[in-house]
Amino acid sequence: MTERAQTGQRCLRKAQGGPQLFSMDLLLDAVVSGVLLGCFYAAVSLGLSVSFGLLDVPHVAHPAFLVLASYGVFFLNDSFDIDPLLAGLLITPLLFLFGLAAYRLYYETFEKRGSDAGVRGIAFFFGIAFIIEVLIIMQFGVDQRSVTTSYSGKAWQIGEMRIPLRMLVAFAVASAMTILLTLYLSRTFMGRAIRAVAQDQEALRLMGANPVWIKQWAFGIATAVLGIAGALLIIVAPVDPILDRAYIGRTFCVVVMAGLGSMTGTLIAAVILGVAESIVLTLFGASWAPAISFAMLLGVLAVRPQGLFGRRS
Amino acid sequence: MSRSSIRFWIGATLFLVAAALMTQVVRNEYPFFAGYVILQFIVLAVAWSILGGYAGYVNFGTSAFFGVGVYTAVFLFKATGAPLVVQIAAAAIVGALLGFAVGLVTLRMQGIYFSIATIAMTIIIETTVTNWRYVGGAAGIQLQRPPVMPPFDTYVQMLFFVQALLVVLAIATARYMQISWMGRGLQALKDDELAAECTGVPTLRLKVLACVISGALMCAAGAPAAMYLQYADPSSAFNLNYSVSVLAMSLIGGTAHWIGPVLGAILLGTTQQLLTVTISSEVNVLVLGMMLVLFVVGAPEGLIGLFRRLGRIRTGGKA
Repeated sequence: MTERAQTGQRCLRKAQGGPQLFSMDLLLDAVVSGVLLGCFYAAVSLGLSVSFGLLDVPHVAHPAFLVLASYGVFFLNDSFDIDPLLAGLLITPLLFLFGLAAYRLYYETFEKRGSDAGVRGIAFFFGIAFIIEVLIIMQFGVDQRSVTTSYSGKAWQIGEMRIPLRMLVAFAVASAMTILLTLYLSRTFMGRAIRAVAQDQEALRLMGANPVWIKQWAFGIATAVLGIAGALLIIVAPVDPILDRAYIGRTFCVVVMAGLGSMTGTLIAAVILGVAESIVLTLFGASWAPAISFAMLLGVLAVRPQGLFGRRS
Repeated sequence: MSRSSIRFWIGATLFLVAAALMTQVVRNEYPFFAGYVILQFIVLAVAWSILGGYAGYVNFGTSAFFGVGVYTAVFLFKATGAPLVVQIAAAAIVGALLGFAVGLVTLRMQGIYFSIATIAMTIIIETTVTNWRYVGGAAGIQLQRPPVMPPFDTYVQMLFFVQALLVVLAIATARYMQISWMGRGLQALKDDELAAECTGVPTLRLKVLACVISGALMCAAGAPAAMYLQYADPSSAFNLNYSVSVLAMSLIGGTAHWIGPVLGAILLGTTQQLLTVTISSEVNVLVLGMMLVLFVVGAPEGLIGLFRRLGRIRTGGKA
């Protein structure tokens, strides 16, 4: 049991003199890897920030879509030896179409009929998530899958600190994604339309635009960015079919903490989560890690439901 | 007592007598193994619908309550060797307290936020139990069943009968809540919380009360599972599958009436038992997901709604 071994080590370290446990080196290490981890979390949460944050779709299947994209990347990498990031780009158009279809189905069955959409909408997306999980298991089995790249095992050595190159790749790509999506939402016509539909659907309709089509487009974008995000997911760590359950907490924590629909907020919230997870990991061990995102999420929901940078509704 | 109440209690008594007779007559163990699981899901689904159906708060924390019930029993059994009745009663009390806590924390939350908060609570409790060495931690814990009490021949038969008792208790509670002022209050709360509050419905108190009762029943349903499996581990006791199964059962049956979750649990529970035995547990989850999506999309009111629509067609659209 690795977990038990870790606890043993911790006790040993405590016995050798408590204060060493909180040394500055260790803390700095935790913070740096937390920031990198946080940027990666931002990358996997951006889509949800659009679909749930801007469009108010209770999209609990978002992490399942993410894992599905990862398996797509794995398939391309495994059978054609394509670099995972390139593979992520290749499946992006497919995901976009998939997103368009998913939103159309959701709209026809729930939003169009009006009331009670929230309650059954969540159940609907949970059902979808379960179906995706099982389809992945039937196709790829329950084992963990990973990809190997030229930068997989390498690391940067800065003084005492050792930064894995794959985390740096995730960091760079995630930052680029956030910037691009922010620019898209603020500078392009369609991006502004998406933000407008989030603010006032009725006004948009009066101006002659079709809010449903804009929302469908936005949901397509939200699903399309999962191509690269899924590639990052499988670059950073191996994936398994039910990994999405852990990411429900992380992605929703980030999006809710960010305040719905804010892209910069998403990045900041993700970094806060990453650092918190990393510090808890260093101090208390890996077995407590799954609870961090959910505890923060619960805290934010109970104390400040509009998020740290949120719009008040 | 009204006529429908008399009919209900006669039915409940007949059901219990049948269950008791079955433990005396049937020699094969398998019906009890399978039946126990279905009865357990009936309790969970009926308990879920008290909060999820009447009040419209979609609780994804069924597995949290279930797991807490399991681990209350495990803890008591390991610490004091308490008998089954004590385990179940203690689990109900812990469940009521947990439900109260959930009610308080989520006072201001609605819709999907409430659902996400209950998922969050599940994972937090699961992680805590995983790190709790006394009850076995992540590796789980083996339990040795105590000798069975007469008149039952085997322990599983006894658990089957106990779960049947819990079914009657759960349905009676749900039924009482549905036909009393509480049911009407919860219904009003579901339709429009603000309007309900304005017309004098004590929405907060009702909501917390629904959380408490629903939580107590779910934990009580989970307590015997420790002895049923003779084993407990956090990742299966707190498995999200319980939450989604129970949600699916309630929605498939329909949540407007207590019979809905019962029908849904019998239908889906039986299907799951058959699929798990004959094909595989993966297909089982696939069918669960598909039925959930199908019913949510195609039959929003569940089986109850379908039956009502059928009845309306038969009576010429007048009823």
